[in-house]
Amino acid sequence: MNKERTFRAILILVGMILSLLLLAIFLSLLWGSFPSIKALGWKFFYSEEWNPITNKFGALPFLIGTLVTSFLALAISFPFSLAVSIYLGEYMRAGKISTLLKVTIDLISAVPSVIYGFWGLIILVPLVRNIEMKLNIPPYGVGIFTATLILSVMVIPYSATIVREVIELVPDDLKEAAYSLGATKYEVIKDVVLPYAKSGIFAGLLLSLGRALGETMAVTMVIGNNNKLPKSLFAPANTMASLIANEFTEAVGNVYLSSLIEMGLLLFIVTAIINIIGKYIINRTTVQMRE
Amino acid sequence: MSDKKTALRLAKNKVFKFIVVLFSLGSIIPLLFILLYIFKKGIGVINWKFLVGLPKPPGVTGGGIANAIVGTLMLILVASLFAIPLGVSGGVFLSEYRKSKLAYFTRLSVEILQGIPSIVIGIIAYLWVVKPMGKFSAFSGGIALGMIMLPMVVRSSEEVLKLVPRTLKEASLALGIPYHRTILRVAVPSALPGIVSGVLLGIARIAGETAPLLFTAFGNQFMNWNLFKPVNSLPLLIFNYAMSPYDEWQRAAWGASVILVIIVLLGNIISRMIVNKWKTRF
Repeated sequence: MNKERTFRAILILVGMILSLLLLAIFLSLLWGSFPSIKALGWKFFYSEEWNPITNKFGALPFLIGTLVTSFLALAISFPFSLAVSIYLGEYMRAGKISTLLKVTIDLISAVPSVIYGFWGLIILVPLVRNIEMKLNIPPYGVGIFTATLILSVMVIPYSATIVREVIELVPDDLKEAAYSLGATKYEVIKDVVLPYAKSGIFAGLLLSLGRALGETMAVTMVIGNNNKLPKSLFAPANTMASLIANEFTEAVGNVYLSSLIEMGLLLFIVTAIINIIGKYIINRTTVQMRE
Repeated sequence: MSDKKTALRLAKNKVFKFIVVLFSLGSIIPLLFILLYIFKKGIGVINWKFLVGLPKPPGVTGGGIANAIVGTLMLILVASLFAIPLGVSGGVFLSEYRKSKLAYFTRLSVEILQGIPSIVIGIIAYLWVVKPMGKFSAFSGGIALGMIMLPMVVRSSEEVLKLVPRTLKEASLALGIPYHRTILRVAVPSALPGIVSGVLLGIARIAGETAPLLFTAFGNQFMNWNLFKPVNSLPLLIFNYAMSPYDEWQRAAWGASVILVIIVLLGNIISRMIVNKWKTRF
């Protein structure tokens, strides 16, 4: 009997450790950000000067870099991931080809981001440089545009998988009712499937955004690592994640390191909120559709 | 009139399908192209000397990546020792106390943990391990990777444990076998293939993680077997060599990329095969 009680106690303890882990992470980041919060206050968010030598740390260029690359990548990849999920969810629901495609997408999304970055560096950067020369702008090759491209390629498999799962949940009888009225496949998708799956698709986009915001390696390798406020879409820039990756080990001085930790805290809070909302919507629609 | 309308609707239908197929191909082909390109560039680099040799300075040919392979294995080992026991027992907890309030918070915490950018996990490992110990080490890198693996193991174990038929556990309890033995000897073993496949998926994921290692495992040009010293890993080596201007190093990075991709894909494929085989049993 004693053993059984110990066993149950251990299980509950593990549950508690796992629940508190997140809180501990949050408090650690907050604690680590304290020197920066105290020294910089709100200025951290709207100042555009990042100069470790003069102890000035403004996160604005990196906030903008992160937001622009992530939202643009999401916008570019959305038609593609939606097409893939419609194809797999409606046109090719079962069968060998469908399974093969699904497995391929899963496998591709497992490829480490450093490898995408390497590929981007070798293939995309020269490509973008050529485009820039034709457009008569400074041909860096690296920059926001290149980072956006590689991010959109990386986001496609992830969002396509979520959106496909939502689309597959649309009840068959609903679709069959529309078909029996003589609707074409296009009409069924446009008037039944997509409206029905709308909130799930939105959640899929949200979760993909969370992914894109925190993506580090591939972006770091092609964004050009420039700490000034980017003037154009093609300018070299930095995201919050890439700045942390580049400067964390060389950050000497309390406020310097702390301001990088504060950026981590910001990423933590934003992705946590995005995940809570996204998963909440997905859970709700899943339950609704199963009923 | 109505014939015209129908023709238009049918035409729209066709155009739509065409667009869907076009965009689908447009997203899958570049991805496949990336994979093929990596293999094309890297497969020729790999030979026995590349696998067992040590890095050479730029300009000298014939360097290997043995230190990165050893480092990656060390990191995976530490991460597994940390994440598997905690993760599986977390999965047992969630599947046994499904409806409890604590389980709700645990599940929420684990779900959020899974979505946190890996670079942020790296900062945490720095604050919790590197700073107190005063140095970069394989150990701290392993802890960082373990924290990334942990939520994956918890969630997959929970899911497979939920699939174990209740009758199986009831049969065991009816025979008078105590609760903890029922869990450890009946529930967990029958869910073991599913748990193993989740673990494999987790290992495949962390094998390619780079960002959290930048300021934990740090990287090392030399062979290192010491858990408490900086260590190299395959993704770190790819990152450092890819950003270097030396042809020889870039070639080595392609070779390392192929090995890493093979590890990751194998982990995924084997895990999938185990799950498919196991699911048909229940």
